[in-house]
This record gives sequence, C-alpha cells and structure tokens, in this order.
Amino acid sequence: MSIPAFLIVSIIKSAVVIGLLLLAVAYSVWLERKVAGHIQNRWGPTRVGPFGLLQPIADGAKNFFKEDLIQPHVYKPLFIAAPVIALTLAITSISVVPFGNSLYIPETHIGHWLTIPEIDTPLQITDLNIGLLIILGITSMGVYGIALAGWASNNKYSLLGGLRAGAQMISYEVSLGLSLIPVLIKSESFSLRAIVESQRHLHWNVFYVPLGTVAFFTYLISAYAETNRTPFDLPEAESELVAGYHTEYSSMKFAMFFMAEYANMVTVACLATLLFFGGWMGPVFGPRILQMVLPIIWFCLKVFFFMFLYVWVRWTLPRFRYDQLMAFSWKFLLPVAVANIVVTSLIEALRS
Amino acid sequence: MVPLSFYLVLSGILFVCGVLGFLIKRNIITIFMSIELMLNGVNLSFVAFAAQWHSLSGQIFVFFVMVVAAAEAAVGLAIIIAVYRTRETLNVDQVNLLKL
Amino acid sequence: MLHLILFLFFGVICAAGAINLLAQSHPINSALSLIVVMASLAGEYLLLGAEFVAAVQVIVYAGAIMVLFVFVIMLLNAGTEEHTRGSRVAILLGVPGVLIGAVLVAWTLLYRSDISSVKIGSMYGGPYLIAQLLFRHFLLPFEITSVLILVAIMGAVVLASRPDAVAKRHHAEAPKAMPELVGTGKEH
Repeated sequence: MSIPAFLIVSIIKSAVVIGLLLLAVAYSVWLERKVAGHIQNRWGPTRVGPFGLLQPIADGAKNFFKEDLIQPHVYKPLFIAAPVIALTLAITSISVVPFGNSLYIPETHIGHWLTIPEIDTPLQITDLNIGLLIILGITSMGVYGIALAGWASNNKYSLLGGLRAGAQMISYEVSLGLSLIPVLIKSESFSLRAIVESQRHLHWNVFYVPLGTVAFFTYLISAYAETNRTPFDLPEAESELVAGYHTEYSSMKFAMFFMAEYANMVTVACLATLLFFGGWMGPVFGPRILQMVLPIIWFCLKVFFFMFLYVWVRWTLPRFRYDQLMAFSWKFLLPVAVANIVVTSLIEALRS
Repeated sequence: MVPLSFYLVLSGILFVCGVLGFLIKRNIITIFMSIELMLNGVNLSFVAFAAQWHSLSGQIFVFFVMVVAAAEAAVGLAIIIAVYRTRETLNVDQVNLLKL
Repeated sequence: MLHLILFLFFGVICAAGAINLLAQSHPINSALSLIVVMASLAGEYLLLGAEFVAAVQVIVYAGAIMVLFVFVIMLLNAGTEEHTRGSRVAILLGVPGVLIGAVLVAWTLLYRSDISSVKIGSMYGGPYLIAQLLFRHFLLPFEITSVLILVAIMGAVVLASRPDAVAKRHHAEAPKAMPELVGTGKEH
C-alpha cells in the first residue's frame, strides 16, 4: 500500500475505533444501571427511549450543560489537566487491541474519476512488537491522573483519597504484570496479534490448568483493583472519604473521570478476551464478507460478557477495607502470581 | 540519518541540567530529582552507542542503571522521610546540626 | 529528514523539561517536568531502535519511580523553596561554570569527532535478543540486582517506619518479663 493510502486508512481506522470506544463507554453506563437495577429487583432506566437506551445521551447532555465550578482554592493547572490525563491515557490503550482478522477491500471504481485501490489492513490501529508492554505502561501512567486530581483539589479528603487510590493502583500493578507472564511464556511474543494467533482451535489460554486458569483469575482480580472497581473501590466510595479524589469536580471534568474509568474497564475486558479467551477466534463460515465480520462479532460478544461480569461483581460483593485490600495484594496475589510463573516455566522447560 | 553526536549533545544537556540542579537547588527532593535526571542523560548515551556499534550490551546496562536508580530512589526517599520527621524541614541548609 | 524532525521534536521537549525542572520553585512542578523528560526520552529510545528499553523506561521510571517521588512530595507537603545566601552564591558561580563546560563538551563532540550516524527504523533491541543476552551473558549481574532490590525494600521499610511503632512492639513484649517496669513507661 502506498503512503497516502496507508495514512488515510490509518486515520479512518483510528476515528472509527475511538468513536466506537466512546460509544461503548457511554453504553456501559447504561448496562451498569440496567443490570444493577435488575439485581436489586427493580427496573433500571426505562423512560428515556425503549429500554432506556437513550439514557446515556440524556446523561451526556445534562453533564454538558451543568455549571463547571472551579473553586478559587484549587491549583488550577493541575486541576484542569488531571482529568484530561486520565481520559487521554484510558483511550490510548485501545490503539494496540486487535479486533479481528484483516479487512480486505478489492479495487473498486466509482464512476470514471475515482479509484479506491486494493486495501488489505489488519483490524487493529497498529500492531506493535511490544503491544502488551505498551498497555502495561499506559496503566502505570494512569496513576497520575488520580493522584494529581487529589493533590490539585487542595482538600484533605481528596488528597487522602487520591493517595490511597494511587497506592492501591501501584500495588495491584505488580501482580497484574506478573500474572501476564505465563501467557507470554506460552505464546512467546509480546504482540497481541501473535498471542491471539497462538490460541487457535480452542487452545484458549484459560483452559490450560494450572497455569492459564490461575493466571486468568489473578489477572482479573488485579485488573478489578487496578480500575478501582468494587470490591476494591474504597477510594471513590460515596460513604467513605466524601467522594475521594473527585470530590471537587463537577460537570465535564467529573464526566471525564467517569469516562476514563469505564474506558479502563473496556480495555481490561478486551485484554482478558485477547489473552485468555482466544480474542476473535470462533466458528467462521460463509462468504468472504461474512468471514471478515464474524470474528468481530465474536470479539464483541466476549468483551460484552466481561463488562457484564464487572457489573455483576460490583453489585454482588461488599467492598474491602483498605488494609485488607493492601494485605490481599502483597500477601496473597503476589506470591500466587510468582508461584504461577515458576510452575509455568518448569512445565514449559520440561515439555520442550 | 541523524549523526550520533546529536544524541550525545542531548545527553550532555540533560547531564548538565542535572548537575546544575544538584548544585543550586535547596529542597532535598529536587536535588534527588536532579540525580535522576543525570542518570537519564547517561542512559541516553548508552542506548545511542548501543545503536551505533550494534551491540546490545548498552541496552542491558540501561536496565541495570534503571534498577539501581529505583533502589536508590526507594532508600533515599525513606531517608528523606526519616529526616523530615526529626528536623521538620526539607531545606538542605537547615540540616546542619553537625556544623561547626 | 523524518528522523531529524522527530529527534528535534522529542529533544526540544526533553531539554525544555530539564530546564523547567531547574526553573520551578515548587517541587511538584519539578516532578511533573521530570515525568515529561522521561516520556520524551522513551520517544528518543524508540528512534534509536530500542523498543524494549523504551517500554521499560515508561513502566519503571515514569510509571513507578516518579510516582514514588510524587507521593513523597504530596505526603510531606513540601512548599516552595526560598533563596538563601548559599543558593545565591551557587547560582552565581555554578551556572556560568557548568554552561562553559557544557559548551566545550558539545563543541568537541560536534566538530572534532567523526562518529557515524544512526538510521531510523532499524529496531535493534527486540525482547527476544535482549532476553538472550540478559539471561546468558549477564545472568550474574541480573541475580545480584535482584538481591539489591530486596535489600533496598527492607531498608526502605525499616527507615520509613515510625519509631513509636517499633517501641510499641517492644513494649508489648516487655510486660511478661518485668511487670514492674510497665508502670514507669506509661507515666511519660
């Protein structure tokens, strides 16, 4: 593919993927409210549109028109920059996630003057050799959005909430990274596409007992704590430190924190399907166009299952106290992840 | 095709800023950050030479520099916290009980 | 051409961050400038083909070590720093001296040495090659650095723990041995 065609295709891919991600973030709010309602034996939102499907649009409009308060005592540059950092980093990590096989468009002529050249691109914004490390790096940088928000609010409760959330995130980051190493040992590559390709024909990583299943559960628990979701959401619970690090935020900035949290959830769900559940692998049949679209459908179904699991866990379990949370990370998850790495490398060394 | 000396000049700029920060700053944490800046400048010249001589040992050494910097930052910040608890100040000029 | 543009882009951000670290008076601003320097250095490493080192720079340096610095600054509530007599003398003598030294070194490097140039996109430094070197030739330094980190963890935990927490532990063990001394401890 020539350079102008490559540029245009990349721009179109980025725009489509980011647009779909923001749509997914908005509708995961809807999913959460509906599922929470049904778990609590009530309807969720039902009034705005059929099944409440237009509720996120109403919420977005409400947040847009709310008054944007910037208190005089806050440290303005960081106050405005912190939600921007959080949201930017949360959206960036979708750039290395593959959605399916390649997209093939044969050469088409429209009229006499326009020719679309033959396009054969992978369904991924970019396929880096170190794709998994990029996502880990972005997760590491995500701590800054929260810690700086707590600091800039110039408020004791916000500062404590921000520091607690930051300490929780960096503790669980360790077991998150370590729990992914058995997957890397098995698939021998950091590239996400190569990891999915090594899970063909139902050789999903989660089915490999003990290493895959233990790795899956440690990854899932660490990721729940990393995204500050129940049962690990003490820093942002309303009944605890007022509202934690986003106490002083209103309207669009608060909405940006909210969107950053749900975008992180979507990233975690995507990673869980790619690394453990076979990504886009599923029964593929039919003509060429169906063969391109079906893997995307399987991928979206699996990601939807993980988002549903997130909401299900949130409204089923009570939350951890802070010292229980930290003890769980350092005294349980970290040794389990390290033991898993040792066992995996022994099995792989004995097998080859 | 960028000549290697450009990378070395950038590494030199970082190192010089680190030395300046170490000399003229009075807050102990800022002095510590200047040390980290110096280490980063050195890392850049390691990687630049590794790219020139096609020898990966330069990049391996960068790992070790990072690990040592991490250990040093952890212990150094713990010392700073201990000093802050007793002397109630972060200003380097005021930690002078042993001065004549 | 593209290589030069990208190098200048990341390089200018790097140098500006380093100078901003010196110019700011509040340590949190200096910490944020240092994070910008480290992120742009990761970009420079990518230009030199060291992709794994760039990722590790972001994860370890910018994402863990600087988080530690930012936490300590927030916890200790470090305020803006004043200029004392000692620091004014240091600025007066230090800045010109170091700048003269830097200009000399830069001039030597740019005009007096004949080193070759670096190509973009050579990508020499993938995880596979680095792992082969790290776990074969450099295995002993690798194991020694892991012991170093363990020692640093223990040292940091001991140094940063509160002195009365240590005393409470000793105090809790004392009553079984010498009951009459417990009263004297509580009077203070």
